[in-house]
Amino acid sequence: MTDMSKTTAPRNSLLKQDARTVKRNRAEKRFKAYGIAAISAGMLMLVILLSTIIGRGTGAFQQTFLTLDVQLLEAKLDKNGNRDLEEIKKVSTFGYAPLMAAAMEEKVAQTGIVTDLEPKELGDILSKQAAAQLRDFVLENTDLIGTSVEFRFLTNSRVDGYVKGRVTRESIANDKNINVAQLDLVDALRADGALEKRFNLAFITGSDASDARPEAAGMGVSMIGSLFMMLVVLALALPIGVAASIYLEEFAPKNWITDIIEVNISNLAAVPSIVFGILGLAVFINYMHLPNSAPLVGGLVLTLMTLPTIIISTRASLKSVPPSIRDAALGVGASKMQSVFHHVLPLAAPGILTGTIIGLAQALGETAPLLLIGMVGFIASNPPDGIASGLMDPNSAMPAQIYEWAKRADPAFYERAWGGIIILLVFLLTMNAIAVMLRRRFERRW
Amino acid sequence: MGNLLNVAPTTLLVIVVLTLTALAFFMARARAMAAASGDARKLHSLPNYYGYNAAMMTAIPALFMLTIWLFVQPMMIQNSVISMIPQAAVSDGSSVNLVMSDVRRVANGLTTAVEAGALSADAARDISTATTDIRGLLAESGVALGSEVSAEVLNAAQRYRSMQATGQWLMTAAICVIALGGLFVAMRATTATFRARNMVERFILALLMIAASLAILTTVGIVLSMLFESINFFSLHPWQDFFLGDSWSPNFRGDSDLSILPLLWGTLYISIIALLVAVPIGLFAAIYLSEYANSKVRAVAKPLLEILAGIPTIVYGLFALLTVGPFLVNLFGRGENGILGVDWMSGATSVLTAGLVMGIMLIPFVSSLSDDIINAVPQSLRDGSFGLGATHSETIRQVVIPAALPGIVGAILLAASRAIGETMIVVLGAGAIARISANPLEAMTTITTRIVSQLTGDTDFASPETLVAFALGLTLFVLTLGLNVMALYIVRKYREQYE
Repeated sequence: MTDMSKTTAPRNSLLKQDARTVKRNRAEKRFKAYGIAAISAGMLMLVILLSTIIGRGTGAFQQTFLTLDVQLLEAKLDKNGNRDLEEIKKVSTFGYAPLMAAAMEEKVAQTGIVTDLEPKELGDILSKQAAAQLRDFVLENTDLIGTSVEFRFLTNSRVDGYVKGRVTRESIANDKNINVAQLDLVDALRADGALEKRFNLAFITGSDASDARPEAAGMGVSMIGSLFMMLVVLALALPIGVAASIYLEEFAPKNWITDIIEVNISNLAAVPSIVFGILGLAVFINYMHLPNSAPLVGGLVLTLMTLPTIIISTRASLKSVPPSIRDAALGVGASKMQSVFHHVLPLAAPGILTGTIIGLAQALGETAPLLLIGMVGFIASNPPDGIASGLMDPNSAMPAQIYEWAKRADPAFYERAWGGIIILLVFLLTMNAIAVMLRRRFERRW
Repeated sequence: MGNLLNVAPTTLLVIVVLTLTALAFFMARARAMAAASGDARKLHSLPNYYGYNAAMMTAIPALFMLTIWLFVQPMMIQNSVISMIPQAAVSDGSSVNLVMSDVRRVANGLTTAVEAGALSADAARDISTATTDIRGLLAESGVALGSEVSAEVLNAAQRYRSMQATGQWLMTAAICVIALGGLFVAMRATTATFRARNMVERFILALLMIAASLAILTTVGIVLSMLFESINFFSLHPWQDFFLGDSWSPNFRGDSDLSILPLLWGTLYISIIALLVAVPIGLFAAIYLSEYANSKVRAVAKPLLEILAGIPTIVYGLFALLTVGPFLVNLFGRGENGILGVDWMSGATSVLTAGLVMGIMLIPFVSSLSDDIINAVPQSLRDGSFGLGATHSETIRQVVIPAALPGIVGAILLAASRAIGETMIVVLGAGAIARISANPLEAMTTITTRIVSQLTGDTDFASPETLVAFALGLTLFVLTLGLNVMALYIVRKYREQYE
């Protein structure tokens, strides 16, 4: 016995770890490292995602413009010289093209750039939208006809890409839209200062544009579409959601019907969003004949989708109001209904509001159901006039617009899609920040 | 339906009803006060409740009737007008519905023309195609018609207008009578002993119940809308091919192969890759956050991870299409020019692209659900394990995780259900080619992608190529519902153990 303890004592010394302890401790360290690695991986994904969005999207907020002095010749724009708006409107964008061509040639001559480009190729540097831009400007300022104005034209998306570094001299080898001589001219005009990159407000306020003119496309109209959808969601989902929660939390008897409703709500919260799109298509469009692509229909579909979220969070905040409040109200003679509407509901309001805002943010970013009710595949060009038109006329929504641009398979539109995502995320961030603020400011701990 | 087109008179009617409602409120309140000779204490309820009761009795039956009328009237008119259209007027390649929409357009055109003053009301009733060029006439007042108006269509349109006008009068009269009747009954009932508050509260409770049952209505709506169209689909297309066939090639000239198996394979393959990414990362993140991290790290890392869950799926879709896809092509494609020097991948869309990105999206689902579950394991279990000399990681692996396992499985099932139902990432990242293949670098397609592609653009609800989307949707619904119910069941059963 004594011999044995003598021989084993050094092996079990507290100061020196045996092989098994070393192994166990190493396993411990490894396990902890896995956890750190997992967290870091998640963070890394977030950083990559956000930096990609910002890196590729900020370009959309800037656009390349070419400043030219345009002679607004009276002979071309207002033959009779009476400044009658109806007559000036009859001059189509084709009527403006020669004015721009002249301005372009003058600019080239004035700066002393030597180029052997044809006049048409010179004009191709400008956007296809440029003539419409000038026409809109003239229609708003008819008194300027007959004078010379300095006007900032949008340039072609390839020129814009070249200035931003997206298009290079190598990459345009097979591009029919632009050639190297035009890029030389662009460089010369840049050196002259006429051609420059500047902030483009039209991306935020403007409407979508056709496939050939990505430089003119903007998010504005789809933002209005999203706004109308959110109004519908707010007007329907909040009252219905709160009413349903009050019933389930305060009044519902414990029976099988209530059970079915509860199971239903928790299941609806996990139904894929595209299924709600199918429901919207079948019920609202095919059965009720509501108009295709209308923000009203989008709002209705998103309402059904958001309701479970709002009900779940509203019930949680109703539940957090202590029963003593209800008892006190009942004690001074209030009816059950009065105790709920006069006391419980106001106390739960901040929580309900927070949940509603988060539900709205979720609805704002949802795309899949909107594809099925036709909010993609067309150019949302005109902002709606008035509330009825905003609800019923075809429009897009922010995420649907982003999808639309992503589908067009043109790097210039991709840049706009990333830019659109920045705008969308700014909205979501603001909404979530308001929700967090409300919670911090008004939440009561009982 | 036509109800959206005669908004103006209906709006007026609603305003009349609402005015009567306001009137009812004040009259009933005044009557109650008079009955109590000005002393509110003698009343059963607070005076306002008498007002609410009368307002309720005036408005609710009238508005309810109005809603029903607005739905039923166009259907009745339509049925009666359709019976007027002779079979011969329905030309080849057209349908009664198309003729009917012509009729509606002409009828609305006539109304517009009358409003614009181009036509007198009598003339609109009496004109015929024999004497007037209807299309030209309507074009003058800004109504563009696609084709000439046939005599049958014009007759039907005139009948449509006259019925609509009669219906409008009947409706106005009926609604006003109902509103006034409600007002009268409420006023008769208003006495000092009348239990107005109980009436009002019963009504509010009914409203609350209706709101709560909307959840059931939504589910019923989802199931019915997909079920009917799916039945239509299976009457046009053999179910054996749908469930058991192995090829998907819709062909809008008919005779398509529409089988769910290739789509199901793509869906499951992508979901499995997504879970392979999300489950280890999410689970280890949850373990670290709940077991090792101090409160400072936790306060920062947890919300940051949850940002990933708040990012809209369209963003992930674009990320897959434009960032991850091209990166993978650089890695696995392009032969000599690529990073690995292999040429295994041809396009940016692939199972791996969609799966990886979907995995990123699912990380916070797995991590926050597992985090809650691990936190719910009682501390005494850990203490017991430490007391026996186990290290922290041994405690986690042999005590905490087994105790939390049912909950974690539930969380993974919920994540799987999200993955199967996810749309935007696969629409943009997975490709459009239906095939059953084990190569993750190939493009494949999923159930949700096909639903989107079959239901966007011009859809013809009589062709199996469109209707198949509803059968796919129903399958998807059943699949995700099954996973959700299973997850909830497992989570619920587990929770009972420690309570």
